[in-house]
Amino acid sequence: MSRMSFVEATRQALAAEMRRDGRIVVLGEDLGRGGVFQQYRGLQAEFGPARVVDTPISESAIMGVAVGAAMCGARPVVEMRYLDFTLCAVDELVNQAAKLRYMLGGQARVPMVVRQPIGLWANCAAQHSQSLEAWWVHVPGLVVLCPGDPADAGPMLAAAIRADDPVVLLEYKELFPAEGEVGDPTLPAEIGRARLVRPGHDLTLVAWGGSVREAAGAAELLAARGISAEVIDLRSLWPWDSAMVLASVARTGHLLVAQEATEVAGFGAEIAALVAEETGARVARIGAPRTPIPFSPALEAAYRVDAARIAARAAAFLARHR
Amino acid sequence: MATQIGRERLLAHFRTMARIRAFEETAERLYNEKRIPGFVHLSSGQEAIPAGVCANLAAEDRLTSTHRGHGHTIARGGDIQAMMLELFGRQGGSCGGKGGSMHIADMRIGMLGANGVVAAGLPIAVGAAHAAKLAGEPRVVACFFGDGAVNRGPFLESLNWAAVHRLPVLFVCEDNRWSATTPTRLTTAGPGIAARAEALGVPACAVDGNDVAAVDHLAGELVASVRAGSGPRLLLAATYRWSGHTSADAGAYRDPAEVARAKTDDPLRRAAQVLGGLGVAAAELAAIENDVAAELARAVEMAERAPFPDPAALYTDVQDIGAPTARVPA
Ligand SMILES: Cc1ncc(C[n+]2csc(CCOP(=O)(O)OP(=O)(O)O)c2C)c(N)n1
Ligand SMILES: [Mg+2]
Repeated sequence: MSRMSFVEATRQALAAEMRRDGRIVVLGEDLGRGGVFQQYRGLQAEFGPARVVDTPISESAIMGVAVGAAMCGARPVVEMRYLDFTLCAVDELVNQAAKLRYMLGGQARVPMVVRQPIGLWANCAAQHSQSLEAWWVHVPGLVVLCPGDPADAGPMLAAAIRADDPVVLLEYKELFPAEGEVGDPTLPAEIGRARLVRPGHDLTLVAWGGSVREAAGAAELLAARGISAEVIDLRSLWPWDSAMVLASVARTGHLLVAQEATEVAGFGAEIAALVAEETGARVARIGAPRTPIPFSPALEAAYRVDAARIAARAAAFLARHR
Repeated sequence: MATQIGRERLLAHFRTMARIRAFEETAERLYNEKRIPGFVHLSSGQEAIPAGVCANLAAEDRLTSTHRGHGHTIARGGDIQAMMLELFGRQGGSCGGKGGSMHIADMRIGMLGANGVVAAGLPIAVGAAHAAKLAGEPRVVACFFGDGAVNRGPFLESLNWAAVHRLPVLFVCEDNRWSATTPTRLTTAGPGIAARAEALGVPACAVDGNDVAAVDHLAGELVASVRAGSGPRLLLAATYRWSGHTSADAGAYRDPAEVARAKTDDPLRRAAQVLGGLGVAAAELAAIENDVAAELARAVEMAERAPFPDPAALYTDVQDIGAPTARVPA
């Protein structure tokens, strides 16, 4: 174990994978300068501009080229800069990458990783801050990962690269500089396993990505009010660890899913629905209001799903159903 | 340099450029002093292009802009006080604090918006021109975009569409040679942006984008022909981005000599020189710069004292049908 930032863990994992496998090629804008969050710092110097490619501002080509290359033996890692710009390449991701294996009757695979820095960050407003994980989980053919801790950042990237499926890797921008105790960041994670952040017995709080910190903060606030919340970091959104969540809710009897994304039709709804179907337990969700993301800090404060809001929602939920 | 221009017209350009420069320098300082949220994309060094182009637009004309959009709004006659309030995220901002620097718009002056997505303004400009054509309105649309945007699909799709429908669009490419932190030439193949436009049926002209008189002159001819029904035209204006890509970027990846050389080609100083030759005293230009500095200082002071938007504004202007309701405090 050593202290390391989330972004440094991803750099080490990617470099280790690239040393191991010469088929890996990274495609994205401004990578030679390290990328917006310095996720690629030093990689072009080590691997050269043919493997760490500074692309034109051409998102549909970046994604489409990765699809074609992946079908023909390369292992592309695509950098979308902000999740929001993936929307310039949705056809290539959803109609092509996700479906081709199936449509071709299994003749080809599309092993590629699409890295999407996600979420609120530095008041970047409506076109640079969205959390659209539910869009990708909805699409058959895609694996969706979302590390919520520096310790998972490297292993999940390594696992995504080794997967033979197209993997969307959602990396919360606010987590990139976060430091934590990190094991070997180059050791691939097991996809589909959630992580117990904090045990508890009154309520199960499920979160992912940037919301894990907020959920943990909420659990602290709840503890001060005599409520014991169990916090689970889902880590992998598709496939997701229903076994761990169901076992937890079987003990607590109550589920609250917290997400930074819009609450309406968010991924939290899927988790809540499955848990209700399987256990009959009381379920609830908290997410952002169904508005675009505002610029002004005053409005962003009203928008954000933070620890205090999660705790308040949890307390009200328990008070109603106890 | 040889372009003939009247004293009053050039003085007006000088004032416009001085206002843009002062706005950008103020925004940069406010960012560095952590007094405004978010990032700003500065257009210092590029002022002659919006000044020269917008001077040729009529009241009913429209424009679209980019992430680097302050200059376009100012040259179009935008309200500097409202823009400053927007940078601060306060009430009374151009967009009520919902957009910020990268999304400033002002429909009263036909300014359809800066944009956070590269090349997103091109089809919007074409749509504005298409609407004008459908309505039989004699409006021209000026569409500003950067040299990096020509590598996105919407560039091809928009120019082709505008040419097919002979729409009244003046595409204005501000070629500052950089796409964020990458030199555009390293990611762009072929014989150049003008040739690309020509291949899509849009005649193109190149201009020294730091010579405001030349930009004004050429834009005047192009706007007139577009207004007369020639179909779209493209103006390719060579310039340079003095600052980093955003205010958070010191631009350290650039050769300092390249930046220093570019700064000697200052559109304001060049206009000042010509004005000197036309008999304008240096004191008159200094007075303009003082005026502008005072205007910006007032705008900042007012913005910093202005209230933030009411949190309830989060829920307004989303949509009519199925509008969100305010979250109930739990
Ligand atoms: C679709 C999309 N891809 C990437 C970005 C990130 N980005 C913002 S500005 C920029 C560079 C744009 O270069 P150019 O068009 O030349 O405009 P300039 O910044 O030079 O004014 C990039 C890559 C974006 N905003 N939108
Ligand atoms: Mg440029």
